[in-house]
Amino acid sequence: MAGLLSKDAWIKVWTYRNTFEMGFLNTLLTAAAAVLLSMVLGIVLGLMATSGKIILRGISRVYVEVIQNTPLLLQICFLYYALAFSGKSIGIIPTGILSIGIYHGAYMAEVIRAGIEAIPKGQFEAASSQGFGYIGRMYYIILPQSIKIILPPMVNQVVNLIKNTSCLYIIGGADLISQTYNFVTGASTGGAYAPAYIVSGLLFFVICFPLSKLASVWELNLKRRDRRVQKNNGEGRMMEV
Amino acid sequence: MSNLEASLSILKNEAIWLFLLRGVLFTLIISVIAVVCGVIFGSVLALVRNYCSKGWTVVFRYLAAIYIEVFRNTPLLLWIFICLVFCPCPSIFSQKMFTLTSVETKLLFKASVALILFTSSVTAEIIRGGLNAVAEGQFEAGHSQGFHTVQIMIYIVLPQAYRNVVPTLLSQIITTVKDSSYLANVAVIELMARTKQILSSANMYNGTGKINVTDVFVLFGCAALIYFIINFTLSCVVRSLQKKRKTAPKPVALE
Repeated sequence: MAGLLSKDAWIKVWTYRNTFEMGFLNTLLTAAAAVLLSMVLGIVLGLMATSGKIILRGISRVYVEVIQNTPLLLQICFLYYALAFSGKSIGIIPTGILSIGIYHGAYMAEVIRAGIEAIPKGQFEAASSQGFGYIGRMYYIILPQSIKIILPPMVNQVVNLIKNTSCLYIIGGADLISQTYNFVTGASTGGAYAPAYIVSGLLFFVICFPLSKLASVWELNLKRRDRRVQKNNGEGRMMEV
Repeated sequence: MSNLEASLSILKNEAIWLFLLRGVLFTLIISVIAVVCGVIFGSVLALVRNYCSKGWTVVFRYLAAIYIEVFRNTPLLLWIFICLVFCPCPSIFSQKMFTLTSVETKLLFKASVALILFTSSVTAEIIRGGLNAVAEGQFEAGHSQGFHTVQIMIYIVLPQAYRNVVPTLLSQIITTVKDSSYLANVAVIELMARTKQILSSANMYNGTGKINVTDVFVLFGCAALIYFIINFTLSCVVRSLQKKRKTAPKPVALE
């Protein structure tokens, strides 16, 4: 713990603040691109899972099960080495974006599926009976209702995704964790363990904490409102009786 | 096609299988230990965060909240690196054991500590969810029967809370099995690291003298299959538990 208090170590971190800046930017860039990819995949697969067509549902199910039941690290390594040894390497950050996006796409798909399935069946039937097509039904009736169920867990997934950018380390990435580690073990910069880890942890924390807080507060409010609505409905029914 | 045959011949090597299966064993042991310790430590954290609300005990509540939030919002890999440097290692774990060298056992111990710390923050939140689902009346009933608060926790509240969260805790094992692959970043102990190591020397085993793409597919495919079998079995158990719970006759809700 001596490193924590030594002024030299903190000065060292400050002198090399560019390292952390660059790592932080790389992490944010990777996370942002991966979030976009995972959203697209999640929406497509989520809609496939709720489409009622057995083939589409099967494809989505297999995708989700295979991706969710194997570690992200394995998927990143697999993609990276498969590309590298076949001579088509696309670089570390794009590989990371691709595999993290694919991995979290599976989780997004589950979140969206759960959100759509939470809507009572009558809503689908009512929409169809009013002459809505598939797109109109989803866009005007189902999605506005399910979006509030979907968003809190989706934000949680984004938090996990940001944390998972640390997986880039295994393929020699340039994200925050890798940069930090290279910094503390580097020949000319080494030694300043405590300050470097504190800085890198803080950077993650300031991004992730507001997001996860937002998700939990949001979810709590929704639950409370649901309970109130249920209670009111219950009272109404009792009065009718 | 001969490349593929060459890659498959790696899997015929018995020593490699033994090496990989030991890795599987380590993966499982590490995960189970992490979850068990996580549940114990997480329960304490959850209880403190939920019920230490009177007088000076509020300090503990804030400490637990800070602990949980800090660990939940920073990556596991960071904690593994931190523990490698700062975690003290008892002398029992700095010697040769379980077919590992003394350096590896040390790394295993330190990385496991990181995994346990990380997992306990997640399980704390899971258990807190279970605690919140226990009806308020249970406390009053307990008090009216002459239990004091600690007894109520142990005999009345915690058993119900655990029962509520069994499926979620089981799916946390899946996550932990996957998370344990992070250890591959620091040591060659569990499945992921061992697969990667075999790949890096695949040219010696496949007979072609160099590493081919097919090696990547065969080795990582094999590891993925093992992970999939472990995790899919678990998730099937979780699903059947949830189904059973849904169909079980619910106590009539009184309003």
